[in-house]
Amino acid sequence: MLEIECPWCGACDQSEFSYGGEAHIARPKTPADLSDQEWGDYLFNRENPKGWHREQWCHTAGCRRWFNAVRDTVTCRIKAYYRMGAVPPEEDGR
Amino acid sequence: MKHSALQIFRQAWSSHRKWPRTWSSPEPKPAYDVVIVGGGGHGLATAFYLASEHGIRNVAVLEKGWIGGGNTGRNTTIVRSNYLLDGNEPFYEWSLKLWEGLEQSLNYNVMMSQRGVINLFHSDSQRDGFIRRGNAMLMHGADAKLMDRDELEKVLPYLDFDNARFPVLGGLCQPRGGTARHDAVAWGFARAADQLGVDIIQNCEVTGMRIKDGAIDGLDTTRGFIGAGKVGLAVAGNSSRLASMAGLRLPLESHVLQAFVSESIKPLVDTVVTFGAGHFYVSQSDKGGLVFGGDLDGYNSYAQRGNLPTAEHIMESGMAMMPCLGRVRVVRHWGGVMDMTMDGSPIIGLTPVTGLYLNGGWCYGGFKATPGSGWVFAYTLARGEPHRLNAAYRLDRFSAGRIIDEKGVGPQPNLH
Ligand SMILES: Cc1cc2nc3c(=O)[nH]c(=O)nc-3n(C[C@H](O)[C@H](O)[C@H](O)COP(=O)(O)OP(=O)(O)OC[C@H]3O[C@@H](n4cnc5c(N)ncnc54)[C@H](O)[C@@H]3O)c2cc1C
Ligand SMILES: [Zn+2]
Repeated sequence: MLEIECPWCGACDQSEFSYGGEAHIARPKTPADLSDQEWGDYLFNRENPKGWHREQWCHTAGCRRWFNAVRDTVTCRIKAYYRMGAVPPEEDGR
Repeated sequence: MKHSALQIFRQAWSSHRKWPRTWSSPEPKPAYDVVIVGGGGHGLATAFYLASEHGIRNVAVLEKGWIGGGNTGRNTTIVRSNYLLDGNEPFYEWSLKLWEGLEQSLNYNVMMSQRGVINLFHSDSQRDGFIRRGNAMLMHGADAKLMDRDELEKVLPYLDFDNARFPVLGGLCQPRGGTARHDAVAWGFARAADQLGVDIIQNCEVTGMRIKDGAIDGLDTTRGFIGAGKVGLAVAGNSSRLASMAGLRLPLESHVLQAFVSESIKPLVDTVVTFGAGHFYVSQSDKGGLVFGGDLDGYNSYAQRGNLPTAEHIMESGMAMMPCLGRVRVVRHWGGVMDMTMDGSPIIGLTPVTGLYLNGGWCYGGFKATPGSGWVFAYTLARGEPHRLNAAYRLDRFSAGRIIDEKGVGPQPNLH
């Protein structure tokens, strides 16, 4: 069981949270100007890194708020949490 | 050496110490016509069909660990072709037909056992959906049979038929479905490919790609540079990593899926059964262990091990379907890294880089696809264009709006 720290409620069991996938995928401002490739890239393509991943979580069975985390996809260690809309902490592997 | 009953008898005289190596392990050559990355079932099958169907024998399979050590050796070995959509069903049915003759074409016992796959349903609407799928299967030349509760009670008497929340109303059965021995599939394809001149190179990780004027030139590996006319990627959960070496982004996420095996018990489950109200499936291996699994852990992962909340959830689903499971002890569990596409269907075809071909996005279901996938991928590599059977699996379907939505639930990377 992972222990995940909600920025509002503190550390809770993983089973209280739901996963929201890769963070910082912004919807293009002018979709009509995009080519099919660009639109397909926005909708479907993902970074899917082996290592640090900036991702979204929701405290579904708690405060029900969304936040971001930086997690290693091999060890599951989470090194940083930050709020939606905040600037992501540096990905320096520390 | 050809395997036969006589050979077993002969080798017994020397206490089975004189069997030759199943495949040779040559040093890599400086270059090949075709290099396959990934020595799982799909990569090895591709190499075999390149050599046997297309006469292309200057081929290498590069594997970073040992062959079959990826998902091929970690899966729950269910083989079936019970799909609904036109893009899927003909491909999986062709794969199942190849399975039916595989032991003869490879001269290797892959322990293919057509013991039937039964999908249980628990509501009228679920039954209607299954009937529709069964009819689609029949129209594509596959086999399907609707079973009512009375028939099910004869074969699976221990199901919780009167479960208050999810009563078992019946099932959709594919009698030709079943299981096969996963390791033997990798070894059988490796041996047959090796005999046709394919180089199987283990402990050789691809670390980079050299691309010249938009075309693949070769691969950097932990055993040096290897030149290649064409490259086929068949690396399952590592597809995004390999693609990124060519500057490509893929419509998939890597997730961990777990499998579980119980202690050996007397014959109990002589078919494959899947629960329709939760996610749980079970069969029994020839050694007697119950082999079962269920949902993904639910977040991007390259860890080949899972987490306990999912284990608990899977056991609970199993108990809801088959309460007698509660008396059985689990002895082993592990995880594999799944290449989950955004529409739950695989990708087999060309990429924007000339000479670079992709086979991936297998989600939960790539083991059954092994022979079919190798067969169409070999065709695609040899001819430079997809076969009719994998035409729908092209990578650019995601930008062309032609996704294959088998489950009818829209794009999300947790389908299969
Ligand atoms: C727990 C579990 C249960 C499953 N159950 C079923 C089932 O019941 N039925 C079914 O049909 N399917 C099932 N699957 C899915 C199935 O196992 C896979 O889809 C299938 O085996 C994929 O085969 P493959 O050859 O593409 O991949 P793999 O067998 O994973 O082979 C890919 C290989 O590529 C190698 N590789 C990766 N990166 C590199 C690199 N840089 N250089 C060189 N080599 C590299 C890896 O080491 C690996 O050996 C299951 C999977 C899991 C994990
Ligand atoms: Zn919270």
